[in-house]
Amino acid sequence: MTAVTYQPIKARTAPINTEGPVAWLRLNLFGDWKTALGTVLIGALLLSVMPQFIDWALVRAVWVPNYDVCHAEGVGACWGVVAEKYRIILLGRYPFEEQWRPISSTALLLGLVVVSCMRAFWRSGLALLWVAVLAYFFTVMHGGVLGLSVVDTDRWGGLPLTIMLSTLCMAMAFPIALVVALGRRSNLPAIRSVCTVYVELVRGVPLISVLFMASFMFPLLMPQGVSIDVLVRVVAGITLFAAAYMAEVIRGGLQALPKGQVEAAATLGLSYWQTQRLIVLPQALAAVVPGIMNNFISTFKDTSLVTIVSLYELTGAMSLALNGDSDWRPFKIECYLFIAVIYFIFCFAMSRYSMWIEKQVNKSRLR
Amino acid sequence: MSESIITFNKVNKWYGNNFHVLRDIDLDVKQGERIVICGPSGSGKSTLIRCINRLEEHQEGHLTVDGVELTDDVKAIDDVRKKVGMVFQQFNLFPHLTVLENLTLSPMWVGKMPKKEAEEKAMEQLQRVRIAEQASKYPLQLSGGQQQRVAIARALCLKPKIMLFDEPTSALDPEMIKEVLDVMIEMANQGITMICVTHEMGFAKAVADRVIFMDEGQIIEQNNPHDFFNNPQSERSRDFLSKILGH
Repeated sequence: MTAVTYQPIKARTAPINTEGPVAWLRLNLFGDWKTALGTVLIGALLLSVMPQFIDWALVRAVWVPNYDVCHAEGVGACWGVVAEKYRIILLGRYPFEEQWRPISSTALLLGLVVVSCMRAFWRSGLALLWVAVLAYFFTVMHGGVLGLSVVDTDRWGGLPLTIMLSTLCMAMAFPIALVVALGRRSNLPAIRSVCTVYVELVRGVPLISVLFMASFMFPLLMPQGVSIDVLVRVVAGITLFAAAYMAEVIRGGLQALPKGQVEAAATLGLSYWQTQRLIVLPQALAAVVPGIMNNFISTFKDTSLVTIVSLYELTGAMSLALNGDSDWRPFKIECYLFIAVIYFIFCFAMSRYSMWIEKQVNKSRLR
Repeated sequence: MSESIITFNKVNKWYGNNFHVLRDIDLDVKQGERIVICGPSGSGKSTLIRCINRLEEHQEGHLTVDGVELTDDVKAIDDVRKKVGMVFQQFNLFPHLTVLENLTLSPMWVGKMPKKEAEEKAMEQLQRVRIAEQASKYPLQLSGGQQQRVAIARALCLKPKIMLFDEPTSALDPEMIKEVLDVMIEMANQGITMICVTHEMGFAKAVADRVIFMDEGQIIEQNNPHDFFNNPQSERSRDFLSKILGH
């Protein structure tokens, strides 16, 4: 037996630097010849396009809402149009002297949505808060009480309409989607077929035609003298549309759950609803957070379609602001960029929130 | 031995029209009896014990558990499930709940027990299966053997009269089988009625009052472990034993 001897080895630094900006560049942009080629090509493309864009959007741009300056030769973007028209773009045809009403209502609604997203506020009082804020929104927007003048729903518009439509439709579509998704897996054939027919019917038609039907066909089917506000019909249409898609996403999550989970719940004596609420849905929903957020984001953007039934939400209000004014109409592209930025801010916020939620719900999966 | 707690009377079950999975099962389980069911895969062992808490329905015959006959009556099923605990091959812990929450779930929601009391009782059970220090972890952070012991503790929280084990060690790494069997042996010594589908013949010899051998949906042979292992009666069981004990 020889004694086992060893020489302690001193810690060395890694042979290739893996930290810092240079290492990051090498790793991500010039990893191998394919990435390097990609980097060079995309870089060249950006170099050829970006200077012109910057020149147009910033260097030669006009920032004052002055019609004559904007129309001068050799001028770039005319951001003055936004300064000139932002009130119509953001608030639509709502009377200007009453603009505190949509602004305060929307601020409250947005605040409510933000609060609802935070874990610290997930308690029963939140539902009451929703009722209160929605009551404020519709009372103040519509008026007719407390000395407020009546503003009919067809004059509501711009960002308040976009935000109200998407918030309300998402909030209502989600529970409907849950019920429909569970219904499609029910043991009772009647419930199952009703849910299946609903999903297939709605998925078979585009949102535009749903809106057309809600707006123009539905009144024909109503008895004389009965009329439901177009806004209500549109909200119902979008909600039912979004719910059908979301139901399928949720059903995907339900399918992925191992059968043993439900069996274990059954052996523990949990009832059907307890099992769904405590075992099935928490896991199924956690699995489909990205899909549900997909639905939310597309619903948010789909609200721009209500323009075709003469409700002027953000996109519609923007067209309205420019189409009727031949002086400013040439600068529509600047306005499109302006509302694109607004849409992007909301959608990007939603997708960041989705990432946070994913982290929260997957905590139990971390080892 | 005292009176029967589970009675199978000519129980038949089919999967679809043609797969006759349980054939004329007659079986009488006494209170406190410990039964091991073995047999080749596809012989109907799991189906048999899953009928006892109605995870599977039988189509013919009568099955009575602690005085309640199992039919379509939902209330009867609920009654029976309160008395019967079950441990699965795949553990079936709820991965989104902590170990402690897995245990308190049923006492709190079904038994309407206050949270604090449920947690105390749950900790007692966790101590019994020697895993109390893992109470605040999530199931997937535990090893297979630990998960299965949690599953046993979860079933015990219901204070069941009957415990069903469906191949509780088949999904475990070899070095974890013992820790689970130890817990089961300890339970067996406390007088609970146990029915266990397993191929752990050491366990059968150590604790079983009776070994039941099944093949092709039938009970071929039942006997006390000593006679079953040393002197199997049928050709089929001799063949089976030679295969599982032969190495």
